[in-house]
Amino acid sequence: MIPLAWFLIFSAALFSIGLFGVLARKNAVAILMGVELMLNSVNVNLVAFWRYLNPEWIAGQAFAVIVFAVAAAEVAVGLALIISVYRRRNTIVADDIDMLKF
Amino acid sequence: MTPLQVIFIFVAAITLGAAVMVVTTKNLIHAALWLILSLFGIAVFFVILSAGFLAVAQVVIYIGAIAILMIFAIMLTRRIARDAGPQLNSGWIWAALVSAFLFGGLVWLMGNWEGFYRSLPELNPSLDPLNQLGQALVSPQGYIIPFEVASILLVAALIGAIMVAWDKQ
Repeated sequence: MIPLAWFLIFSAALFSIGLFGVLARKNAVAILMGVELMLNSVNVNLVAFWRYLNPEWIAGQAFAVIVFAVAAAEVAVGLALIISVYRRRNTIVADDIDMLKF
Repeated sequence: MTPLQVIFIFVAAITLGAAVMVVTTKNLIHAALWLILSLFGIAVFFVILSAGFLAVAQVVIYIGAIAILMIFAIMLTRRIARDAGPQLNSGWIWAALVSAFLFGGLVWLMGNWEGFYRSLPELNPSLDPLNQLGQALVSPQGYIIPFEVASILLVAALIGAIMVAWDKQ
């Protein structure tokens, strides 16, 4: 039998790894990958709380489905912005993208 | 130790190892492939938590769509010469410290909660989670409004993404 603690520690670790990716990576696509890891760890937490605390009430899974939709929207807009910046500036290093207009 | 615990530790080790490779490996294509492995591990966790629909959606949406979209974006914006250099910025040691403190803080905070070591309750055999989820997402007593708002958000974001990435020349 797996205690709830294991899932929570696992998703805390995954969230921290994703945060490290967001803070430390240079490439904008790699930063988005870090965001994906963080969103996934949140989903694991939501489903684990649903299963352990209140399996009769499906809210945890419904919320996780909505997180899926928001993650897909986020990644589509993010990658479109990155491709658009790359066309104009020829770089996607986050440190170099520091002007609103060029 | 039960077989389920062994599976959990095995999958957790693979998922976390793949996640570490995602944030540290130099080659971005490899990072995307490690991301796919990590997402598969999370799909296994959804199966362990008896959320079958989410496990399938994880494979279809994350691995089938999002990870492939990322690989496309990497290939469209790739520069071999630039990729050879360091992929972490100069402040990465601070990022590592912040992440380690966040992890420690989260575990400490959750350890103080009395429900932390709660064991798995039995699922009510008369209630099918898949059936419940399907009804909750489309019934007015459930979550139809958040679900429709999420759909509209997704359509708007995808149309916006096409407009933003459109090559006008």
